[in-house]
Amino acid sequence: MPQSADKVLDHADLFNEPEYKAMLDNKRATYENGHSAEKVAEIGEWTKSWDYREKNLARECVTINPAKACQPLGAVFAAAGYEATMSFVHGSQGCVAYYRSHLARHFKEPASAVSSSMTEDAAVFGGLNNMIEGLQNTHTLYSPKMIAVSTTCMAEVIGDDLNSFILKAREKESVPADFPVPFAHTPAFVGSHVDGYDNMQKGILTPFWKDVARVADDSINIIPGFDGFAVGNIRELKRVLALMDVKATILSDVSDVYDTPSDGEFRMYSGGTTQDEIKGALNAKATISMQEYCSRKTLAFCAEHGQDTAAFHYPMGVSGTDEFLMKLSELTGKEIPESLRLERGRLVDAMADSQSYLHGKTYAIFGDPDFVYSMARFVMETGGEPIHCLATNGGKDWEEKMQALLASSPFGANCKVWPGKDLWAMRSLMATEPVDMLIGSSYGKYLQRDTGTPLIRLSFPIFDRHHHHRSPTWGYQGAINVLVKLLDTIFDKLDGAATGAGEGDISFDLTR
Amino acid sequence: MAKDIADTAEQNNKLIEEVLAAYPAKTAKKRARHLNVAGAVEEGETEILSKCDTVKSNIKSIPGVMTIRGCSYAGSKGVVWGPIKDMVHISHGPVGCGQYSWSQRRNYYTGATGIDSFVTMQVTTDFQENDIIFGGDKKLEKSIDELNTLFPLLNGISIQSECPIGLIGDDIEAVSRKKNKDIGKTIVPVRCEGFRGVSQSLGHHIANDTIRDWVLEAGEGARAGYEGTPYDVNVIGDYNIGGDAWSSRILLEEIGLNVIGNWSGDATLAEIERAPKAKLNLIHCYRSMNYICRHMEEKHGVAWMEYNFFGPSQIEASLRAIAAKFDATIQANAEAVIAKYKPLVDAVKAKYQARLEGKTVMLYVGGLRPRHVITAYEDLGMVIAGTGYEFGHGDDYKRTGEYVKEGTLIYDDVTGYELEKFIETIRPDLVGSGIKEKYPVQKMGIPFRQMHSWDYSGPYHGYDGFAIFARDMDLAINNPVWGLFDAPWKKSA
Repeated sequence: MPQSADKVLDHADLFNEPEYKAMLDNKRATYENGHSAEKVAEIGEWTKSWDYREKNLARECVTINPAKACQPLGAVFAAAGYEATMSFVHGSQGCVAYYRSHLARHFKEPASAVSSSMTEDAAVFGGLNNMIEGLQNTHTLYSPKMIAVSTTCMAEVIGDDLNSFILKAREKESVPADFPVPFAHTPAFVGSHVDGYDNMQKGILTPFWKDVARVADDSINIIPGFDGFAVGNIRELKRVLALMDVKATILSDVSDVYDTPSDGEFRMYSGGTTQDEIKGALNAKATISMQEYCSRKTLAFCAEHGQDTAAFHYPMGVSGTDEFLMKLSELTGKEIPESLRLERGRLVDAMADSQSYLHGKTYAIFGDPDFVYSMARFVMETGGEPIHCLATNGGKDWEEKMQALLASSPFGANCKVWPGKDLWAMRSLMATEPVDMLIGSSYGKYLQRDTGTPLIRLSFPIFDRHHHHRSPTWGYQGAINVLVKLLDTIFDKLDGAATGAGEGDISFDLTR
Repeated sequence: MAKDIADTAEQNNKLIEEVLAAYPAKTAKKRARHLNVAGAVEEGETEILSKCDTVKSNIKSIPGVMTIRGCSYAGSKGVVWGPIKDMVHISHGPVGCGQYSWSQRRNYYTGATGIDSFVTMQVTTDFQENDIIFGGDKKLEKSIDELNTLFPLLNGISIQSECPIGLIGDDIEAVSRKKNKDIGKTIVPVRCEGFRGVSQSLGHHIANDTIRDWVLEAGEGARAGYEGTPYDVNVIGDYNIGGDAWSSRILLEEIGLNVIGNWSGDATLAEIERAPKAKLNLIHCYRSMNYICRHMEEKHGVAWMEYNFFGPSQIEASLRAIAAKFDATIQANAEAVIAKYKPLVDAVKAKYQARLEGKTVMLYVGGLRPRHVITAYEDLGMVIAGTGYEFGHGDDYKRTGEYVKEGTLIYDDVTGYELEKFIETIRPDLVGSGIKEKYPVQKMGIPFRQMHSWDYSGPYHGYDGFAIFARDMDLAINNPVWGLFDAPWKKSA
């Protein structure tokens, strides 16, 4: 009997015990009617071949292990960054359970949102009654200061019109006449979570800016974009803005929402951009987006209102941060302080200290389009070579930008860009053209298992490691965090390879 | 009625009243029917300890209240079909449903993922606007061809419909028949669109019906030529969360039974096809798979019985009840197995009971565990203060009366608001529920275990699982972090 009270074995050990191994062998041999071990090995080898890669990349219809989610997830994330705002997702209720779970698993935090719980009858007659009843319940029960409405694909397919539904709900006094209920249509069959983020941002600004005269001031708005590291990054961003003495409004600040303290109180709402700040944001001199692909519509909306706009691709690394700071300085007329020049110098110092280990290392990178762009850029700054850059939710425009970036450095010469491809495609790429390291989300762990390439978790979602999102990846200091993760992986790999007492461990070095 | 029971019942009734007062009148009236206190049994009633089926269940959730429920797709793909390992399960529609449920139910399996097993993969037709406008049947057809090329060892494909499929009039049944002829493998169309029904529950039912129509009655499959034994059983409704089905199987094999099919954790299609050859179906999750047991009984004459492998008291009773369906050898084996594990059970209790004695627990889970795990807690000296189901039906609440004492708080399809208030007021020593509930509860300073996924631990079934269960409840409750919540310089009021 393998189990004991002294040393309780759970699944990690229990099923390696001989009793269980024998039981599972017998199950396979007697009842599973599976394929022979030889056949499985043969097909396994074939899946790593160039022949398989061609067939795999030629797929036109089925998607396997994509690295993207659907629009409403982005909408819920965007709305969460506004003070005391409850997301109300109009459509089937299961979707909302999924968004909440997904965000909770990544941040290890509560994630609140409600659904209009539409079922078959609503599919036939439309979900107006669900909206009327639902808004009233949400407003009464959860006392939000704002309810942000988005849609699941069900409501989109049957064509429910949010604007008229919300107007009718107001007529029925579901919410007080002046209570803000911004909305965005977020069809799951168009774009991805980054577009849902964009649509909801625009949806929230729209009613607050409507028919208000803009009186330009010298403040700046910043749209962070959908970001798994938002907690660390937005706090880092605020620190940098304070050093620059820039008056800025973060449009959707989730940093306190997804990082509430444990002190006995459950805070359904915490921090976030206030409605006064949203109103004031109209007067800003400019709006800067940290992630262009999360904010194209919103930036266009800001430009229509007379603001300057600028967009970055998840500014990370030396030149990414340089560009961001210089733009900020240009827009505000504030000088970049000496303290930030020193921070920059410390980052460069760290890179110089470690360059012999970083130079020439090869990478596969996947994630949202903006992230992949800046990650590839930073890798090249360290002397590393991106080889496969993949964004399931990247398009033609992203591909072109990536090509231009890669062409700007000799370290980009061997890289191919894969817009719209999934992680099963990445498996073929990595099997046929191996790399030293893989950068992406937790989903990459299956690629680590199948190809033996170590995974560095730097994008959303991270389910199987804790608290990474609390440390920034943006700015010079964030870049040092990223650098340390790259280096730890490189050093672990060196130690891992130097095993076996005697000849195998000659390079098991104390000092590197 | 004993005074303490009367007091508890009165407090709980008052609590329900307070909670309902926060709702708009119409909603309060609707929600009132889902909240109650376990009542007294009628005189002469010996089957149950309390009467719990006084709450309404399996009816539509109210818009805007933050129900914790999921959808039909979650019930079919996530629960019933998803664990069958040698089939590819297509999340048919937009990308999200498959993405959010990818690898989240911890249905353990053996096999080479992407080669002969596919459980932890997210396969989707990733619908775009044109698929909605022009229909997705062609894309589905071609997707099946692509899958069959890339995964030649797959033994079947299921099509898990997401919301749009039923709204745009696609004919996935026709596609399935056609592709079945083309590639000669089982193709199963499942109409589990998320808007159907009121919760995951209808998805279970629809999934059961498609197993019946598109697998069991579609042909012999692995039944053909199978020489059975008098000791053949199926385990039905064990999804092998964290290895539950394995720590159960080992006991059933030890008492001399042959588990010829495990539905559906770690299952192959052959195990599904062969099932009607068994002498007896042993059903653990009654809620999600009773339908197919009834079918196999009617059509194939396979008897079925419920059992419970949570905690030693229930395991012991279940092993005896199962053995009673067989001969004296099996019955003697069952006694031997119970005796064999007795020292482990005693040692686990000796180690943990003192640390857990009298601790109170509130549960809110899916369709089985709100009652099934109760005795396991009681085996450790713990006390159930409240329980409820996301998607239970009347028969589940009736069975709950076999487990909970009079006066226990009962809540059906609880809302985020209600659960928070109940927990805040009762302040149990432990809450067992899901990922959405975990962090709000912990912020209140109350220990929590996820009771869907075993909080990434497990197995919890069987004797081996009970040791893990006891360890986990102890580590949750007795971790020092709960004593660090208050800053020492902040004077308590």
